[in-house]
Amino acid sequence: MRHLLSAADLSLPEITEILDLAEEMSTVQNRPVKKLPALRGRTVVNLFFEDSTRTRSSFEIAGKWLSADVINVSAKGSSVFKGESLRDTVLTVAAMGVDALVIRHHASGAPWQASQWIDAHVLNAGDGTHEHPTQALLDAFTLRRHFRRTDPTMIDFSGKTIAIVGDLTHSRVARSNVLLLQTLGAKVVLVAPPTLMPSGVGSWPATATSDFDDVLGACDAVMMLRVQRERMSGGYFPSAREYTVGYGLTRDRLNLLRPGTAICHPGPMNRGLEISADAADAADSLILDQVAAGVSVRMSVLYQILGGADDPASSPVREATLR
Amino acid sequence: MSDSGPEASRVVLDADQIARACARMAHQILEANRGANGLVLLGIPTRGVHLAHRLAAAMSEVEGETIPVGSLDITLYRDDLRRNPTRVVGHTYLPVSVDDAVVVLVDDVLFSGRTVRAALDALGDIGRPRAVRLAVLVDRGHRQLPIRADHVGKNLPTAASERVSVRLEESDGVNEVTIARPAGNDEEPATVDHTAFTGEDR
Repeated sequence: MRHLLSAADLSLPEITEILDLAEEMSTVQNRPVKKLPALRGRTVVNLFFEDSTRTRSSFEIAGKWLSADVINVSAKGSSVFKGESLRDTVLTVAAMGVDALVIRHHASGAPWQASQWIDAHVLNAGDGTHEHPTQALLDAFTLRRHFRRTDPTMIDFSGKTIAIVGDLTHSRVARSNVLLLQTLGAKVVLVAPPTLMPSGVGSWPATATSDFDDVLGACDAVMMLRVQRERMSGGYFPSAREYTVGYGLTRDRLNLLRPGTAICHPGPMNRGLEISADAADAADSLILDQVAAGVSVRMSVLYQILGGADDPASSPVREATLR
Repeated sequence: MSDSGPEASRVVLDADQIARACARMAHQILEANRGANGLVLLGIPTRGVHLAHRLAAAMSEVEGETIPVGSLDITLYRDDLRRNPTRVVGHTYLPVSVDDAVVVLVDDVLFSGRTVRAALDALGDIGRPRAVRLAVLVDRGHRQLPIRADHVGKNLPTAASERVSVRLEESDGVNEVTIARPAGNDEEPATVDHTAFTGEDR
């Protein structure tokens, strides 16, 4: 695997390999020495143009536990703030001889664009409203563990129905999850108010509805998306209260779920808005498992990308980068 | 595998000989340890794990108690990761804590010693065993590191260019150890063969 830019680039065997390896990586957390030597001598730069706590820190821990050297560059307090272009920033960092760039950017497609400019490996850690593939992978990892409690031999998600509920228009998590879950063979149901349903949703490999109650009893998992407060003034829904009534995972809706239905949320949660405290703390809530899976899955992805020989045709930095 | 023609392959251990070697090693391990007290067998995937289970079964028969068996994957500790495409990582399973245990590492073939070096590093990150022993079905020589086995099923003189293949019923449907010399390559190479560490025969 050269880059991780989109969940759509991953085949079923690749996903299975990443998730299986993440299972192995998860045992590192319980060891006295939380260090594997596999990426010794590799340098990974976390280039974050947007604030992030859990994604950045879990990428950092993942890299360090694999013995890579990890450097964090955030937009605040860097030359990005002084008006440097994305291209110049990426080329500058790449010119230092790094092996991989983990990029979060507010513009959709920025990691892909960066991958065109440099020869280092690029991992998408969330770009605009486009994709967040490692989040989708850790959701799949968490769900697979949950499903395996009742069916220890399951490999793909065929026969499973998974609802993704909330602001689908602006959610990169939803997009990556739809693509990944499709490859895994799950049936995906998208639930959102009509104003937050993306245009062209008909071409997505999923069914779409605006009636949450209608799908509650048929799900094996519900993924609640965060209501981004900055959208509240956008006129997408009249009030927070109204959103909760229509699309929140309330106590009443919790009772309508089939027993064993998994509850996921990528965090950070707005308790009482899109998810009630009862649902967030329910026995089948996997929200904390998702956080715990973040490091294991990112270790697995870093190993898949950096663990082998370099492509002999390319050095870490293309010589003509500063042309 | 040589692509310059068919390999001349001969069987050096058949199913009965493998069974007898395992039985002998099981007794030797118990004798050296003065019983099963504190013993943990860790096989190195894939065939080392099968052998570890065979040894443990034979030892349980003698001692009347169950010997813990696990697997220790060493992929992430290899020294040649950067020389090859990304390797698939195997399964590590520790039945009990290795702290203060007598760990017996089990592998099919001892060759360069690099796998065992990696296993010792992996073990050091997992805990602090009281002692570590090494049991291998075949010792084919050509060590590149100062490592030796405590218990050996068969010492097999080989040329570095020859290929030793261990096939076990659990993974290959048959129990045999074969040795093959690449066709058209009759003389022993003058230098140490670094590429030999990439095959199954480690």
